[in-house]
Amino acid sequence: MTVHNLYLFDRNGVCLHYSEWHRKKQAGIPKEEEYKLMYGMLFSIRSFVSKMSPLDMKDGFLAFQTSRYKLHYYETPTGIKVVMNTDLGVGPIRDVLHHIYSALYVELVVKNPLCPLGQTVQSELFRSRLDSYVRSLPFFSARAG
Amino acid sequence: MSRQANRGTESKKMLCKDYENDEDVNKQLDKMGYNIGVRLIEDFLARSNVGRCHDFRETADVIAKVIILSHLAMQTLCKDYENDEDVNKQLDKMGYNIGVRLIEDFLARSNVGRCHDFRETADVIAKVAFKMYLGITPSITNWSPAGDEFSLILENNPLVDFVELPDNHSSLIYSNLLCGVLRGALEMVQMAVEAKFVQDTLKGDGVTEIRMRFIRRIEDNLPAGEE
Repeated sequence: MTVHNLYLFDRNGVCLHYSEWHRKKQAGIPKEEEYKLMYGMLFSIRSFVSKMSPLDMKDGFLAFQTSRYKLHYYETPTGIKVVMNTDLGVGPIRDVLHHIYSALYVELVVKNPLCPLGQTVQSELFRSRLDSYVRSLPFFSARAG
Repeated sequence: MSRQANRGTESKKMLCKDYENDEDVNKQLDKMGYNIGVRLIEDFLARSNVGRCHDFRETADVIAKVIILSHLAMQTLCKDYENDEDVNKQLDKMGYNIGVRLIEDFLARSNVGRCHDFRETADVIAKVAFKMYLGITPSITNWSPAGDEFSLILENNPLVDFVELPDNHSSLIYSNLLCGVLRGALEMVQMAVEAKFVQDTLKGDGVTEIRMRFIRRIEDNLPAGEE
């Protein structure tokens, strides 16, 4: 099991943070384009899911998987979106994504008056804490495909 | 005991020498008190057994800082702006800036999801948010027939503990910060609201009442330049 990469978006579609661990193949487009593509897809899938829902929606869109990877999605009512791509062996990781939001983003970025909201996070502390948190996850493993 | 008292008098004398007029000395004393306060709260939490409960510790910390900070800020504000109206506006703006960040903290701590209607929002504000940050639970009353307006009644407002309005600031809305916080926080969860004080114990009313009005839902828009 492994973690491929992680995106953090705000309500306006700004990519606040991106980091990757075991990503062997790149998308082949500039990073900015990739963020836009990702956000656009999430935006559409969200509205699609809520329109098609036969029952009242609760949490909405949580994850999707392909033959090679799984995309996990977590969104707060303020529109902060945490997106993590892992391989197929990883189960639901809502608590992990919530932890990234509550213990890392809120604690280190929102509560830091020197970090302006709504733009790429510059905080080195946030980056390194996030990196070590992801590396410490039980399903994070160096040898993986 | 008397030696301590002596030392106190000595340092006051020095202060009075360092600053020309009493106003400046008062300000300096207040600043010193503030610096003591922000550390004292840690000592208080260390000594009393409340430190064990995580949420209460946080709450106590927040209350103390809010009270001290708001008092300090109020003095500066009243000096910076000529009339109370401008101070009120500035307080609202400050509250707004606090609110847009505070909501993230609130969502991180409480496990509250999106509200389905304004009534649910009112409940969460009164029973969860006020309780978490100010340690009080205001009551919700006076719903408008359309369900888009309600009042939060604060029996006692911790922001105005030890506060009296001087005669020359009779139109100052001391706790206007709260309105800004509510407005900012709710805006971040796609709700445009208007919040204002309609009763204030500082002005001789029996209770403090904040009137909340739902304006509209802010829709998510796809950023420009995307299909």
